[in-house]
Amino acid sequence: MADASLGLWTVPLAVFGGAIRVSTPFLFVSLGECITERSGRINLGLEGTLVMGAMSAYGISYLSGSPWLGVLAAGITGALFGALHAGICSLPRVNDIAVGIALMLLGTGLAFFLGKPLIEPTAARLPAIDFGWWSDVPQLRAALRINVLFLIGVAIAPLLYWAFKTTRWGLLIRTAGESADAARAMGHSVLLIRLRATMVGGFLAGIGGSFLSLFYPGSWNEGLSSGQGITAVALVIFARWDPMLCLWASLAFGGAAALGPALQSVGITSGYHLFNAAPYILTLAIMIITCSPKRTLTGAPAELSITR
Amino acid sequence: MDFGRISRRHLLQGSAALALGSTLGVRSAAAAETTVGFIYVGSRDDYGYNQAHAQGAAALKKLPGIKVVEEEKVPETDAVEKTIESMINLDGATLLFPTSFGYYNPHVVKMAGKFPKMHFEHCGGLWSDKDPKNAGSYFGYIDEAQYISGIVAGYSTKSGKLGFVAAKPIPQVLRNINAFTLGARLANPKATTQVIFTGDWSMPVKEAEATNSLIDQGVDVLTCHVDGPKTMVENAARRGAMVCGYHVNQSPLAPKAYLTGAEWNWEALYPKFVKMIVAGEAIPNFYRGGLKEEIVKVSPYGEMVSAEARKHADDVKAKFMSGEYTIFKGPIADNKGNTVIAGGTDRGQQDPELEKMDYLVEGVIGATA
Repeated sequence: MADASLGLWTVPLAVFGGAIRVSTPFLFVSLGECITERSGRINLGLEGTLVMGAMSAYGISYLSGSPWLGVLAAGITGALFGALHAGICSLPRVNDIAVGIALMLLGTGLAFFLGKPLIEPTAARLPAIDFGWWSDVPQLRAALRINVLFLIGVAIAPLLYWAFKTTRWGLLIRTAGESADAARAMGHSVLLIRLRATMVGGFLAGIGGSFLSLFYPGSWNEGLSSGQGITAVALVIFARWDPMLCLWASLAFGGAAALGPALQSVGITSGYHLFNAAPYILTLAIMIITCSPKRTLTGAPAELSITR
Repeated sequence: MDFGRISRRHLLQGSAALALGSTLGVRSAAAAETTVGFIYVGSRDDYGYNQAHAQGAAALKKLPGIKVVEEEKVPETDAVEKTIESMINLDGATLLFPTSFGYYNPHVVKMAGKFPKMHFEHCGGLWSDKDPKNAGSYFGYIDEAQYISGIVAGYSTKSGKLGFVAAKPIPQVLRNINAFTLGARLANPKATTQVIFTGDWSMPVKEAEATNSLIDQGVDVLTCHVDGPKTMVENAARRGAMVCGYHVNQSPLAPKAYLTGAEWNWEALYPKFVKMIVAGEAIPNFYRGGLKEEIVKVSPYGEMVSAEARKHADDVKAKFMSGEYTIFKGPIADNKGNTVIAGGTDRGQQDPELEKMDYLVEGVIGATA
């Protein structure tokens, strides 16, 4: 069975496959958060939105038999959570970070409560597209079974980059994020812009959750997210509020998550706790290297409560 | 948050008692009912460890005169002490089953000292003479069932490579990995078991990645020791690999890929315990057993298990049932080449040395640290 085993080659292959499989929730949450933060607000509640999205997608897919309806439900749930965050933050002297933490706890708690009867049943899953038909290496074929949501996420990143740069909507969001006064002077409601931006951000995060429960790992349980939502929010800072960098950072985090198990599978067993921690070490290292006490982070929207 | 939970519980139950007045309270106290409390560390429908206990609790609910109270997702901290206190003081529980390993010391030991008239049965702990007499620990030798799974896996694998998705390298997990491997090598002396530790009991994304990496390495039969095997079973079946289950029967999740599995049989043990208590008999403080004592069982074989595998597995199972079989029989070498059990030494199931296991046997690819 020499051809069935690729030896050490499985490590880069697993990292590549992992980058595709694991990165999608990171990608959707970070792109969503990118839109929200560019409008001048931080929504830390996306962890809760992600878990709520995962739960509602699984529930709707199970009840209706259509996983795509589940994805839509996850998006709508996410948008509602976004609206709740933006609504509360519209009140005077409300701290968006504190509201975000509250919504994170609410989202996970509500999802665990409502999701109780969904742990056991098996819901219809999202289909995968077989991009590996040309290859006869089964490992590569498996790695190339790609879900449409991943492709949509990859397409959204450059679209968003373009939209921020050249469209009227992009400009408005950026204005609200850089100088609320300027946006007001132009006759726009900053609160309305932020409401929309937070809702779109929540919509994307909800869809990210639907990927978790409907594609990979592919079932609903309470340990499903284990902090991926909050990691993705940090990823936005790491990616300097740039949608294209969000894409690369999500891929890197996905690949890093696959590194630990892949190394163990080829017999490199020492220090697997360290390899499992790889994504977090990577974040810390980049944060330390790039931060400076003399200036605010480059690319940070000026209205964000952390930079103001 | 813990304070929030306990005070809410107090508040709800206290106000309910006030509202209903004393009549109802007197009546329910007068009925000769035994209340049994179950505490789970996770969700009781996780297709895994907690569900196995919840099935045992469900078996108790069918008995007359038994009332069961349950609480899920209680962490292994002093939160469990608060849960125990409220089950005793508010629900009137007299027999408690704190089912997670980490509850035992110091929490259950402390509570058993505080409530000497109540009975505590803890799953997995190591009761010693110094611990209170009203506390007991029970556990099953599920490695016997893993051994049977290993035999079936050894016959079923085409590549000779088996995979094991494990949470942490603690003795109980290592014992399962070793028993599975020894069983497999009975059927196929060249079989190897590749083990991947995910680092914690419930890490669905890591478990899915581990499953995929193992299959990429040519592994074609997988099993696991994590709290919820659902992720491993579903992902392995999607990749066309075969699986052996753990904790409960997962065959409904992957009917075509499920070979067999090692299951707990708490629904047989718990009614036995309750009957002993009602009859006034003492349950041994240190209670252990395997297939023979009906504490563990083996899932029914899947369709693709060959007649040869069934026969060999059934033979060994029959020997376990008559109590004449030893898994850890010397000489056994670890995967670094050291002899861990000398030739001529039989480590029977009750041997306390086995509960300190810190090695992986020859044939396992992986390391404990």
